[in-house]
Amino acid sequence: MDSAPSLADLPPGSTGRLLGYRSTDSAYLRFRELGLLPGTAFTVVRRAPLGDPIEISIGGALLSIRRDQAAHIAVEADSTASGTAVSR
Amino acid sequence: MSRDTSSPSPDRRVVALAGNPNCGKTTIFNALTGLRQKVGNYPGVTVERKEGIAIGQHGEEIRLLDLPGAYSLNAKSPDEEILRDVLLGRRDDTPKPDVVICVVDASNPERHLYLATQILDLGMPAILVLNMIDVAEERGVRIDPDALARRLNVPVIPMRASRRQGLPELRIAMSLADPPPSTHRVPLPEEIDRLLEEVSETGSGVGHTGPPHAALYVPGRARERLDENQEWQSHLIAARYGAIRELCGDSFVATGAERQTLTDRLDRVFLHRVGGWLSLFAVLGLLFFLIFSVAGYPMDWIDSAFGALAGWVENAMPPGDLRDLITRGAIPGVGGVVIFLPQILILFFFIGLMEDTGYLSRVAFIMDRLMSRVGLHGRSFVPLLSSYACAVPGIMGTRTIDNPKDRLVTILVAPFASCSARMPVYLIMIATLVPDERVPVLTKSLALTGLYALGTAGIFAFAWLFNRLFKRGESSIHIMELPTYKAPALRTVLTHMWERSRLFVRRAGTVILGASILIWAAENYPKSGGDDPAIQLEQSVAGRLGKAIEPAIAPLGFDWRIGIGLVASFAAREVFVSTMSITYHVAEEAESDELRDRFREATRADGGPLFSPLTCVSLMVFYVFALQCVSTLAVVRRETNSWRWPAFQFAYMTLTAYLASLIVYQGGRWLGFG
Repeated sequence: MDSAPSLADLPPGSTGRLLGYRSTDSAYLRFRELGLLPGTAFTVVRRAPLGDPIEISIGGALLSIRRDQAAHIAVEADSTASGTAVSR
Repeated sequence: MSRDTSSPSPDRRVVALAGNPNCGKTTIFNALTGLRQKVGNYPGVTVERKEGIAIGQHGEEIRLLDLPGAYSLNAKSPDEEILRDVLLGRRDDTPKPDVVICVVDASNPERHLYLATQILDLGMPAILVLNMIDVAEERGVRIDPDALARRLNVPVIPMRASRRQGLPELRIAMSLADPPPSTHRVPLPEEIDRLLEEVSETGSGVGHTGPPHAALYVPGRARERLDENQEWQSHLIAARYGAIRELCGDSFVATGAERQTLTDRLDRVFLHRVGGWLSLFAVLGLLFFLIFSVAGYPMDWIDSAFGALAGWVENAMPPGDLRDLITRGAIPGVGGVVIFLPQILILFFFIGLMEDTGYLSRVAFIMDRLMSRVGLHGRSFVPLLSSYACAVPGIMGTRTIDNPKDRLVTILVAPFASCSARMPVYLIMIATLVPDERVPVLTKSLALTGLYALGTAGIFAFAWLFNRLFKRGESSIHIMELPTYKAPALRTVLTHMWERSRLFVRRAGTVILGASILIWAAENYPKSGGDDPAIQLEQSVAGRLGKAIEPAIAPLGFDWRIGIGLVASFAAREVFVSTMSITYHVAEEAESDELRDRFREATRADGGPLFSPLTCVSLMVFYVFALQCVSTLAVVRRETNSWRWPAFQFAYMTLTAYLASLIVYQGGRWLGFG
């Protein structure tokens, strides 16, 4: 997980799965409660016009996450740029 | 199992609506209660309390509570604490609901079922509403409500609340004689389960007789023991999502690949690198056009109506103090506030519209980067922008900010926005400063722009400072949902506008009426005995106050006459102009040019001009920063629930204004101006 890219690294359009959190901050419990659990498939939809935050799609929901917090989320990017995420 | 006997047994059943933000709860609430609703606050916090009367299947009245939106019973915000505490019967002001309606967005079932299953686990009689069933189908999610109902053992009702589809079925479920509690429990990790059993046997874990699961969400012995294992919450979250997937597996069938939705198409424009800014400026431009130009007409009508009322009282009553109190204290005082009602109605209509369609979250998404520079959230943007019209609705609008710290900081800095009440003061001072008609309008506009920029700098500087100072406790969570766009429910928007405006008018009727009368009295007592209103003002309490503070304000370039204006301005800033008119014997009907000329003629004791250019600038700077507004203080008191914050805000803003003016005046003199 340490060598894995973070959610903040992925360009818009990429898809992948969450691996875990690199921080034990209790703030990330809320991320989990919102469904950002290890194994969850996501799509990076876009970045805000000023580059931050980023918008991701998980299970049909759109979430805005600041890049500094996304940097603590380790992910595994899909190698095939399929474009759209398979929701469930 | 029958109804919980611990809840008070009123003759009317108490039903609560619970669900995530944007699940359509409020639309259902409005559809069920119509206009039979009452909006207030939960005592002790600034969370909106909505209650109404719904008519059940048999024509019986049902008390319906619209609980605040939440993502989890593991509360992270005041809104979520209220939801948790009401459901657990921990609030004295609100009865424990007999039945809870869990509303989930069927197009996004997993995350919405997270809260719903937490509530079902509490073992209360419940109804599950699958709202936005049409959006779910559009997304290719097909749902079998019967299968879900069998699994959960509660009524499951597919709905499309915006079209009132499913309402009759919901009414029937609400009126069931013996509503069933859910028997479904999310299987807990073993150690947590064991602990909960222990706690429920001894009954001492929660500090009240609640269901065992309640111990997971409230402080108590169980929580203390659980917290020994740092990871327990993560395990529990994973276990719950596992159980939800299993539930969904039976009942939710994905029928195909996700199609491109309306939201995707709209976001391509509204969140586009260029299109996003263009649409944002277009929307805000329209808002400000409506506030500053269209609202002018009804504002004129209100002005003349209050003028006519004062005139009528003047004729109908014998002369005397009582008449003056009414015509010169109460009526103009309240009128001066009610005149902002058209702007406030427009502002809240617009904010309501943006919130209900889902666009407000997009504004927050676009602006978040800028706001985060000073430690604020994108959600602070619209309330702050609204404050340029009037800080009162701006501060009331901070309720859309979830994070309590962000909300407080936004409230504290909002009055630095140059509101429309400062405009008359700016205009008269700029006219005094640059009187010549031949001076291009551009110079005056530049001066005005500079004042707005100064106030804006104040917002950012102090937001940054407070964010540093208040940094404590757990780090803030900056994750925000971008809800799907939907057509606005006009009823919801209008109800929102009506409720906010009603609060504002009630403020005007109480606090501001009282303050207006006090300030009128301060200007009129003790009696001077003469007929000259200027001498009367000079000898009044306000006049004496003006003189008393003269030593303090002299370093800013002000004399006691300006001091009176400052004192009177605490009713409302624009009162400065009318007070100065009295001091300088300018008839009330006179053009402002006349006041400007009097200002220019006014001299100091040493014969120099009172309104030197430096004094004019110093005074304007003072008005940029000072919190001279009873209405703002009253609304901050209301929104923060204590006098501590308005007192602090008043103190720091006045101090800032004083120091800024001091620097301008003394620095200017040192540099050789004036």
